Amino acid sequence: MPANRFNGQCDYGIGIGLRVPHYAHILAKKPVVDWFEIISENFMVDGGRPLQLLDQILEQYRVVQHGVSMYFGSADRPDRTHLRKLKALVKRTRTPWLSDHLCWGSVDGTYTHDLLPMPYTFAAARRTAEKIRMVRDYLEVPICVENVSSYAEFHASEMTEWEFLSEVVELADCGILLDVNNIYVSSKNHSFDPYAYLDHIPHHRVGQMHVAGHTRFEKYILDTHDHPVLDPVWKLYAHATRRCGVSATLLEWDDKIPSFDEVHHEALKANEFIGDAKKAAS
Amino acid sequence: MKRPPKHAPARIDSTADLRRFQRMMAAAVIRPLDADDNLQQKWVDGRAMADVAAEYIKPNDRLSSFERLQLYNQMYWYRLLEAVRDDCPGLRAVLGEPAFERLARAYLTDCPSQSFTLRNLSARLADYLRAHPRLTAPHTALAIEVARFEWAQTVAFDDAARPVLTLADLAASPPRRLRLGLQPYITLLALRHPIDTFVISVKRRDVLRAEASNAPESPAGRRPTRVRRPRPGRTWVAVHRHHNRLFYKRLEPAAFRILTALQAGRPLAQAIAAAGPRVKPAQIQAWFTAWMSLGWFCAPGNKRRGRRS
Repeated sequence: MPANRFNGQCDYGIGIGLRVPHYAHILAKKPVVDWFEIISENFMVDGGRPLQLLDQILEQYRVVQHGVSMYFGSADRPDRTHLRKLKALVKRTRTPWLSDHLCWGSVDGTYTHDLLPMPYTFAAARRTAEKIRMVRDYLEVPICVENVSSYAEFHASEMTEWEFLSEVVELADCGILLDVNNIYVSSKNHSFDPYAYLDHIPHHRVGQMHVAGHTRFEKYILDTHDHPVLDPVWKLYAHATRRCGVSATLLEWDDKIPSFDEVHHEALKANEFIGDAKKAAS
Repeated sequence: MKRPPKHAPARIDSTADLRRFQRMMAAAVIRPLDADDNLQQKWVDGRAMADVAAEYIKPNDRLSSFERLQLYNQMYWYRLLEAVRDDCPGLRAVLGEPAFERLARAYLTDCPSQSFTLRNLSARLADYLRAHPRLTAPHTALAIEVARFEWAQTVAFDDAARPVLTLADLAASPPRRLRLGLQPYITLLALRHPIDTFVISVKRRDVLRAEASNAPESPAGRRPTRVRRPRPGRTWVAVHRHHNRLFYKRLEPAAFRILTALQAGRPLAQAIAAAGPRVKPAQIQAWFTAWMSLGWFCAPGNKRRGRRS
């Protein structure tokens, strides 16, 4: 959905991630970009250059926060320091919505700094939804949860990944950050049909989409974010936009980062794949 | 993290089950890699890791349960080792890459991350080196100082800046009662080696290497030009920032004593007395003028009180 209650009723277009190698270019050239996504944790500090830079960006651009360590799926309660710092950042950026991953990554206060896959069970879905509600109520901003790439599945799972995602977002009454590349990567690693995934999620809850590049190895695919988006992912993205409407879309490029113009050009390719969705909407 | 359960729960019907499952998998993910950088063949209780992994991870037609778990185990270690390497170019230069690699693996094994942000990953490194001198022998004293210095840079980069005290604020209380806080981003270091110049040399070398070649490097292929370890030499330094740029300011010993006394919460008059009788008032006034212009003084707070190294 272009604008809905899960993305603060914002009809944002195509954005890119704000990354260190591009800071100088952005500040000097002030290129036209619909919006930037920032990694929240990079700016959850108390002072110094990161916040100065963020303020300069905020003067010129729309910014949306994307987190990597809230771990909605961890059994632990949310970390208070984390929440306090995140709320301060939300106030600073006035992000219209905030996203983080449908995963876990910490237990007993020890952090793996990874996006670990969930066991898809009803109890895990209830706990995850409870934490999403807790965080949203504290931060007072809409939340979208992102499906992750995964390399393992568990015997304990009671449902498919898309059923689990649907269960969580319905229980939490939150939005979805639909990462099309992650669906593709997981579909290859776990041999499921990515189109079935897209067809069976609550489309009206999609508040944002991600596309990215990945790397194929002999026996699995890794979500590396170090390449242009590959054709099968663009096709999947086109299908997602037909199903969900044209949401705010962001290209993730986090490693071997090329020039700003190259990244932005790659992101704008999304426009080539949303024609059908636009026709359907008009 | 608490000890993992003997077995992962077959069903996850509650948050307690979920926690047991996550303890089991997290313990495997952060378990040290073997000598070939693979998942260890044995689990903590001596059982075959392949059997333990198969209890909770499904295999597929290309990867066994063990291999799927190994992917996460390897990604964890590669990611965190890279983060520690990035934090510690000076320490790497002191120890050399192989010794640093052994140290980093030992540190991460004993002190896994307790923070949501990788920014804090090296916060406990200097204390760890103190407690495990064999890992850095025969350069332990130097290694500890470099680790303290490199953590001070992290603090200087992004720790809080509180409102700067003005001359009017200072005039409001008599020196006998006036207490000044130091900005949280300042770390005062009394060192036995000139670590500031050493770290600058390492940074210059790394900048030159980056400019000389755009070829991507693998960690295994890193063979940096050696920067000579510093000779002993007493050094007093404040690691701080100014206009959001990182600086290392050398201090006279008496100036260092004044600042550490202020940071410990002692009143201004006592702090100045700590400088010693041989320091002339004009000199102290000049120091204070410089520190004021750098914005180093703020209202005293408990958070950083007494923090000095």
